Amino acid sequence: MNLPSTEEIIDDLDFLDDWEQRYQYIIDLGKQLPGLPDTLKLEQNKVRGCQSSVWMVSEENAGRLTFKVDSDAIIVQGLLALVLAAYDNKTRAEIQSFDIDGYFAKLDLERHISPTRGNGLRAMVAKIQGLAA
Amino acid sequence: MTETVTDFDVGAVRAQFPILQRELDGNPLIYLDNAATTQKPQAVIDALVDYYTQCNSNVHRGAHQLSDEATKRFENARKTVANFINAAAVEEVIWTSGTTEGINIIAKGMAQRLKAGDEVLVTQMEHHANLVTWQQACKASGAQLKVVPIDEQGNLSIEAFDQLLSDRTRLLAMPHVSNALGTVNPIVSLTAKAKAKGALVLIDGAQGVAHGDVDVQAIGADFYVFSGHKLFGPTGIGVLWGRKAVLEDWPIWLTGGEMIATVTYEDATWGALPNRLEAGTPNIAGAIGMAAAIDWFQALDINAVKAHEQALLEHALELAKDIPGMRIVGNADNKIGILSFVIEGIHPADIGFLLDRQGIAIRTGDHCAQPLMQRLGVPGTARASFTIYNTLQDVDALFKGLKKAAMMLA
Repeated sequence: MNLPSTEEIIDDLDFLDDWEQRYQYIIDLGKQLPGLPDTLKLEQNKVRGCQSSVWMVSEENAGRLTFKVDSDAIIVQGLLALVLAAYDNKTRAEIQSFDIDGYFAKLDLERHISPTRGNGLRAMVAKIQGLAA
Repeated sequence: MTETVTDFDVGAVRAQFPILQRELDGNPLIYLDNAATTQKPQAVIDALVDYYTQCNSNVHRGAHQLSDEATKRFENARKTVANFINAAAVEEVIWTSGTTEGINIIAKGMAQRLKAGDEVLVTQMEHHANLVTWQQACKASGAQLKVVPIDEQGNLSIEAFDQLLSDRTRLLAMPHVSNALGTVNPIVSLTAKAKAKGALVLIDGAQGVAHGDVDVQAIGADFYVFSGHKLFGPTGIGVLWGRKAVLEDWPIWLTGGEMIATVTYEDATWGALPNRLEAGTPNIAGAIGMAAAIDWFQALDINAVKAHEQALLEHALELAKDIPGMRIVGNADNKIGILSFVIEGIHPADIGFLLDRQGIAIRTGDHCAQPLMQRLGVPGTARASFTIYNTLQDVDALFKGLKKAAMMLA
C-alpha cells in the first residue's frame, strides 16, 4: 500500500476536528496496512509492549531502509502506520533527522508515543532509530 | 436507572473523593480500575498532610516530643490494622511495602525450610506475585510446585485441590479473591484442609481485603498479606499478618535499624516482633495513611457496601447481553465486582484506547496473570472493576463507551 506522506497525514488529521473521526482515520489506516504473515510474527521480530504485541522486520535497499510491521491491536497498527509514514523507505540521514516527537505533537497524539504507554510504539521508534544510527 | 438499588448513599461516598471531580478530554472521569488501585478519600489525604505538617519525625527513637508523637501515631496505626483484621495480637501486624513484599518475606523464610520432595500448592488463578515467588523457591530448593486447576467459569476445582494436597505439602499459597476473574475462593475450608495436613497457609489478600470483612482468626491461615493502596490508602504500604507462633522465629530478611537488639563487631541479636521483620526507617506516613483509610472504610456499613458492589456487577452483566460478541471471562458462583471480558474480533487494547478517550479508565492486558490467560485461551482481557464510589451511571457509561468502541472498530 502507499502510505500518505507525513504532511498529508498532518493535514488530514488537522481537518478532522472531532476525536471519533480522528480515531476512525487511524483505525482505517491500520486496517489498510498489509501487516506481516504469521511466519514472520516471531519472537525475535517482536517489539516489547505489554498491552498488545508489535512485530517489525526491516530491509535495506540502495541505502534506504524499509519496514514491515504488524500489531494485534488495530489502533496500535494505525499508529504504526503513522510512524512508517515518517520512516519507511528513507535514508539513515532522513530517519535520524526526523523529529518524531514533534510530528506526534502536531498530530495531537503525543500521549500515545509517551514512554509511559506500554503499547510498543516508543520501543519500535527506538528500534528504527537504532537501525538508522 | 438513576438511583442505586440499595440504601447505600453512593453520592455521599463519592463526595469524599476529590479525584472523582476530574475531567479527562472534557469528559467526567469514570474510574473503573479499582482492582489495580483505589482512589483516596479526603480523610486519607488529610492524614498524610497532617502527619507531614504536624509531626514528621523518625519513630522509635524517642529522644524528643515529635518522635514520641510520630511513634504513637505509627503504633496506633498498627493497632487499627490489628483490629480491622481481628489479629490475636498487635505484633502480628508487620508493615511491608505491599502484598508482593509480604509474599517475598514469607518466601525468604520458606526457602530455608523447603527441600527436595516437598510440595508447594498454588492455584491456576495466581497473580504473578504469588506464582513466580513460589516457582522460584521450588526451583532453588528442589521442591515441587503443584497448581490447582480452575474450571471454565473460574471456580477453583475442589476435587483437584483435594487430590493435590498431600502429606508433602509444606505450603498452600492462594488468593482470597482473583484479581483477573473476581472469583472469591473458599479460603476457610481450604485452609482447614491444608492445616490438617500440617502445611503452612498463605492467603494473598490483595483483592480480598477491600471487599469484605476479613477475620484472620476465623480464616485460620498462618499468613494474610495485603496492600494499603487497594484499600483506599496510600501506595508503598502494606501488611504482612502472621500467626505469632509462626512469625516469632521466622527468618529475618533484611537487617539494620530497629530490628536489631544488640550488636558487637562480631555478632548481632534480633529484636522481638514486630520490629524484627521491619528493618530500616518504615513508611511512617504510609502506615498512618493506611490506618486513616481503614478508619474511613470501617465507618461504612460493610453489608451495604457488598450489596452495592453486587448491584453494580449485576447491572453490568445485564447490559453485557446487549453487546454482540461479548464474553465475560470469569463467571464464578461467588465473585466480587470484577468484570473481565473479551469482545470477539476486537483486541482488548483497542477497547482500552477508545474507552480512555471517553474518560473511562479500565485495565487491559494479562493482569499479571499470563499463565491464567493461557489457560483461558485469551491473549488478555479488558477488565472493569467496581468499588464503593462507582454508580450505576458509571456502569451505563462503560457500556455506552463500549458500544461506541465496538462500532468504530467494526
